[in-house]
Amino acid sequence: MATSTAVAARRAPAARLGRIVDRWLLPIYLVGVTAYLILPVAVMILFSFNDPTGRSNLTWREFSFDAWLNPLGRPGLAEAVRNSLVIAMLATLIATALGTMIGLALSRYMFRGRAATNVLIFLPMSTPEIVLGASLLTMFVASVQLPIPQGVLFPLNIRTILIAHIMFNISYVVVTVKARLANFPRHLEEAAMDLGANEWTTFWKVTFPLILPGVIAAALLAFSLSIDDYVVTAFTSGQTETFPLYIYGSQLRGIPVQVNVIGTMIFVSAVLLVVLTTLWQRRVAARDYGAGI
Amino acid sequence: MRRALHLRAAAPYLLLLPGLLWLVLFYVYPAFQMFLTSLWTGNIDSGYTQTWNWGIYPEAISEYWPWLARSIVYGGLATILAFSLGFPLAYAIAFRGGAYKNILLFLVIAPFFTSFLLRTISWKIILADSGLVLGPLKDVGLVPEEFRLLATPAAVVAGITYNFLPFMTLPLYVALEKIDRRLIEAAEDLYAGPWRPQGTVVGLVIGGVLGVVVGLVMDYPAVLMGVAFGALGAVVGTFLISQAFIRVTLPLALPGIFAGSLLTFIPAVGDFVNAELLGNPQSLMIGNVIQARYLQVTDYPTASALSFILMLAILVGLFIYARLIGTEELTGAAI
Repeated sequence: MATSTAVAARRAPAARLGRIVDRWLLPIYLVGVTAYLILPVAVMILFSFNDPTGRSNLTWREFSFDAWLNPLGRPGLAEAVRNSLVIAMLATLIATALGTMIGLALSRYMFRGRAATNVLIFLPMSTPEIVLGASLLTMFVASVQLPIPQGVLFPLNIRTILIAHIMFNISYVVVTVKARLANFPRHLEEAAMDLGANEWTTFWKVTFPLILPGVIAAALLAFSLSIDDYVVTAFTSGQTETFPLYIYGSQLRGIPVQVNVIGTMIFVSAVLLVVLTTLWQRRVAARDYGAGI
Repeated sequence: MRRALHLRAAAPYLLLLPGLLWLVLFYVYPAFQMFLTSLWTGNIDSGYTQTWNWGIYPEAISEYWPWLARSIVYGGLATILAFSLGFPLAYAIAFRGGAYKNILLFLVIAPFFTSFLLRTISWKIILADSGLVLGPLKDVGLVPEEFRLLATPAAVVAGITYNFLPFMTLPLYVALEKIDRRLIEAAEDLYAGPWRPQGTVVGLVIGGVLGVVVGLVMDYPAVLMGVAFGALGAVVGTFLISQAFIRVTLPLALPGIFAGSLLTFIPAVGDFVNAELLGNPQSLMIGNVIQARYLQVTDYPTASALSFILMLAILVGLFIYARLIGTEELTGAAI
């Protein structure tokens, strides 16, 4: 009895402190760190409404809509944005297809070479981007001595950028798809087969709709990695310019406000896309739950 | 019937083939080619020949070791700082997020929706000599007029920390979120109370050492930084760390710590954008050297040797780290 009161007395101030931490310290910390995370994004958006005096958009002068009315009004900018979009879309499409297939193989088959496959998927993600870009560049340069048709791997152009983007996206797609497949309801496929569907029909009518949210998440990730990539692209681009390369180039001669406008547009569309897919997935989940799945 | 059976046995390989072929052709083979290129001799104008010049490796290391060392120090420091910021953040979202959990997670990944370059350029605006941070501080005289943040090692490390903080926070959150809360309650019921006095001592030592290192790397008074960080560490250790946290939460969070620190450290060591945009010529990293050797000087052999060294160093470090804190399961979490 005496000991337990002593323990209670000793724990009381700690418990009170715990409540103070709960109520005040953690929320204040949360607000502080999220503000720190968002601050540069806010600055980017704010400076898309700037009207800078010189060529460089680094100090605030006055509010202006000019850049928003003419977002591509800089030489080379439209071309760079178009290249970025084309590369990101194609890289996403191909990497998502290849990565989803690997994800399916890894999560539903036991086969020889599984461990080696896992290592091969893991390695590109644990290699710094600069090494990925550098090794591709040496390979492209050395490929002129290989017995392959000229122009496939060298000179560097939009095709070599695409090869590189597909390469670094595959691993991320595999990991995302695999995570979604981890607790996949296999009995639904068995039910479909029992009811006479062949493997092809089962895949497209049962499996694919169920893994679709994972595939979409993987595709969104691949797209955002690709459209934002600077490092690997810088090594594999040759004369081709993408939006990140344009930003980097202009940061030496002065960043035009239009860059912030397009950055803001990309940010807003990405946020909208994520919000919409989340809402859609919730609706699908609610419907499936209602159907008793 | 037999054909169908054969097909079923081949199914995983057919699914793997195109993707793995792509990785072998455009990841494994280029890495091998980079190794071959590092042993070339020659220059871009008169052409290169394969001379198996192994001497390039000792040469490159002896010439560029300061850059290599600086990259490891900056990357390591940024990883530790990202952990110090990201762990409480992930903990707060996982354990106290409540109804705001998804919104908070969304805010953590929101920076990814903006260009990495534009975010870093924003830091240039924020940290400028009379910018958002230093302007007001200088106006009220809290900071001397000649003090600067931009173009210092501190800005480089801060930039790297910022850019990779979500990579640290998300795996930590996933690991913390999975912890069964009943285990912590059980520990508390079994008299796991505050972690004093060990918490005070451990906090003081870790904070102090970190402060001295930060001071030395960033050219601030090391003793003062050590005292300040040490005091902060002691306060955290004394009042915020409980036995239940040390014995239950932290061990269960290890897979997240492993994955998060790798996802932060690896890109941080190879980064050159932060050093280029926020640093000065004395704070350049190995990434800057590799980039310049490849794209400006076209000295392919040296550049290839350096990036091969970087790749090898990271893979060896990864292996040792996995052995030290990881089991198979932990490497699995990183995958």
